[in-house]
Amino acid sequence: MAERLLDVDDLHVTFVTEDGLVNAVDGVSFTLDRGEVVAIVGESGSGKSVTAMTLMGLTRSPNSRFTGSAKLRDQELVTATEQQLEKIRGKEIAMIFQDPISSLSPVQRIGDQIIEQIRAHEKISKSEAMDRTVDLMERVGIPRARDRARAYPHEFSGGMRQRAMIAMALSLSPSVLIADEPTTALDVTIQAQILREISQLSEDSDSGIIFVTHDLGVVADIADRVIVMYAGRVVEQGTLDQIFYDPQHPYTWGLLGSITRVDRDPPRRLPAIPGQPPSLVNAPQGCHFRPRCPYAFDRCVEVPPLESRLGDAPEHLDRCWLEVDDKRVRREVEGRIGLTDPSVAA
Amino acid sequence: MSADAAAVQDPAPVDGRQPLIDVEHLELHFPIKQGVLIDRTVGVVHAVDDVSLILHEGETLGIVGESGCGKSTLARCIVRLLEPTSGALRFRGQDITHLGRKGLDPVRREVQLVFQDPVASLNPRKRVGQIIGTPLRLHGMDRDKVQDRVRGLLGQVGLNPEHVNRFPHEFSGGQRQRIGVARALAVEPRLIVLDEPVSALDVSIQAQVVNLLDDLQDELGLSYVFIAHDLSVVRHVSDRIAVMYLGKLMEVSPAKELYSKPIHPYTEALLAALPIPDPNENRARRRDVIGGEPPNPINPPSGCRFHTRCPHATEICSQSEPPLAEYANGHVAACHHPQNVSEAEISSATRSTLSPLTAGDDMPGGKQEPPRTDAADSDSDADREG
Repeated sequence: MAERLLDVDDLHVTFVTEDGLVNAVDGVSFTLDRGEVVAIVGESGSGKSVTAMTLMGLTRSPNSRFTGSAKLRDQELVTATEQQLEKIRGKEIAMIFQDPISSLSPVQRIGDQIIEQIRAHEKISKSEAMDRTVDLMERVGIPRARDRARAYPHEFSGGMRQRAMIAMALSLSPSVLIADEPTTALDVTIQAQILREISQLSEDSDSGIIFVTHDLGVVADIADRVIVMYAGRVVEQGTLDQIFYDPQHPYTWGLLGSITRVDRDPPRRLPAIPGQPPSLVNAPQGCHFRPRCPYAFDRCVEVPPLESRLGDAPEHLDRCWLEVDDKRVRREVEGRIGLTDPSVAA
Repeated sequence: MSADAAAVQDPAPVDGRQPLIDVEHLELHFPIKQGVLIDRTVGVVHAVDDVSLILHEGETLGIVGESGCGKSTLARCIVRLLEPTSGALRFRGQDITHLGRKGLDPVRREVQLVFQDPVASLNPRKRVGQIIGTPLRLHGMDRDKVQDRVRGLLGQVGLNPEHVNRFPHEFSGGQRQRIGVARALAVEPRLIVLDEPVSALDVSIQAQVVNLLDDLQDELGLSYVFIAHDLSVVRHVSDRIAVMYLGKLMEVSPAKELYSKPIHPYTEALLAALPIPDPNENRARRRDVIGGEPPNPINPPSGCRFHTRCPHATEICSQSEPPLAEYANGHVAACHHPQNVSEAEISSATRSTLSPLTAGDDMPGGKQEPPRTDAADSDSDADREG
């Protein structure tokens, strides 16, 4: 049994804004074990990044409110003091951001930025820290690392900057690595290289990885388990294969149906999800997906609990009132999974 | 070389269709200037370097490549927002390469552009009605007719016609992109150049916009040039796909053959890098991820531009620029070591008229042949019919 690293239980993050309360994260629960890659998937505004950033204490501000718990082993993160968080950030939980140019300091050499992080947590000499920095940079595939450590971020290409970010994140061998859309700004060939580095590192270092992304291709490539979020809530979670081959929530069907594929002849028409995601200030009552769901019925005004509705897969959870057998029929569109409106199709 | 050039001068209608756009040895070089008093040109960026393409009426041509490959610059040349350095660009046979503002007016009516970022490309101080109505007024429509037409257009792109008086910020990303499409449609163009039209959108909204573009093409018989870095979206919408690398055309493939038969190693590398959203197939695939990054376009590699990263590169690749060889189904690729094609296909390949002027005469398979003299080659005769 792998060691449990993170246990997030009923986490709520609310922001007070001029327009009202924004329930950015609305009761999210999940766990992360050692050696595991958990992908959080969702569209803009689904709360996936806020969830990830809250674990690092990065969403704290005078207008944010938190309830629920997020435990790193025995350490509570939601109520941790700044001093406690400072010890955890970088050392226990490290984060790789989407946009490396805005997350690296433009006026400090790459090497110095990594050294600074190491020396903030460990009492070692500058030259020792430098040697470790060079090792790290070589490990993530930066050539001529000793020279490159003296370069500034603007002298690096996008892919190299992202590698430098990864080197920095790994510098203290954290047990949890949070990657928030780390490859979204990169070209496909560079993306493939970075994904390979990340999965290699997770195997070598045996840390747990939370991978936040909107790209289901990347999910299929890297994840062991998948959490699907919609409008602040987890609507479905399960293993990679459960989510792709036996998705239970209509929103997941819609996501899977919306992707274009390079290896197949295109379907006559993409089964796209109708409508727009709801505003989080004024979210619909009951199931948040109800206004866009062609199969919504009376019961959907009650929020469905996140629970397993499949007898043979207790770890596969979803939030939908529909009957399982019914769902398996309805999600079929022209031989693939998708969301269609039966009233339009007829 | 001269015989080759003469052949391209006269774009013969292929399949009895007149090409809508005919791009011929198009080059666009951006000078790099230095100095305070005297602008010395210290180098040039070869953004688009001798690209030839043909687009037919009603067709969708996809252009893919990594950042810096010149795909957006090529698009901007086609709509003549940029003036090419050399080469020729013809719209329905008319040379528009160096036309001035007045001369371009009728062409602008037929060729429109939709941009990637719907926030930056819509004026935040104008109402939607004004944004879509401006091109109509510029092209001489009566003021009272404009309002009706704008409402019609909003309906056509799936927006509520009641929203004419709203500002762009009142719409979501997907809706804003629909406004961009409505504005492009306003003057009833024949060709719309779409520069990364869905890259900034969420997947579910992406699918809606892709469906909208499909519907409009069926309804109005539009031609599209669809530019994106996402191969799977391009594969979905295109009839033919052009792959660019460092300003050069690497391969033009029928969409159906892109995945099953990538001929150029660069295309193969792009496809291998792309994760397939299907866990079982993704695990079953053998994926050779290429290393390195695209070289500096100010000082591109000699010969084939991809040879510095290519797993199949040999000596010839750095010495001689490969011509575009034409295989079956109009599939062309510029490579000395073509992949996924049989010996017979290689020997029956002919030099395409789209080949860059600087390309050498070395055809793949070690053939040394000037264009259209392959009849002397006995193998190719035998395979011609197959």
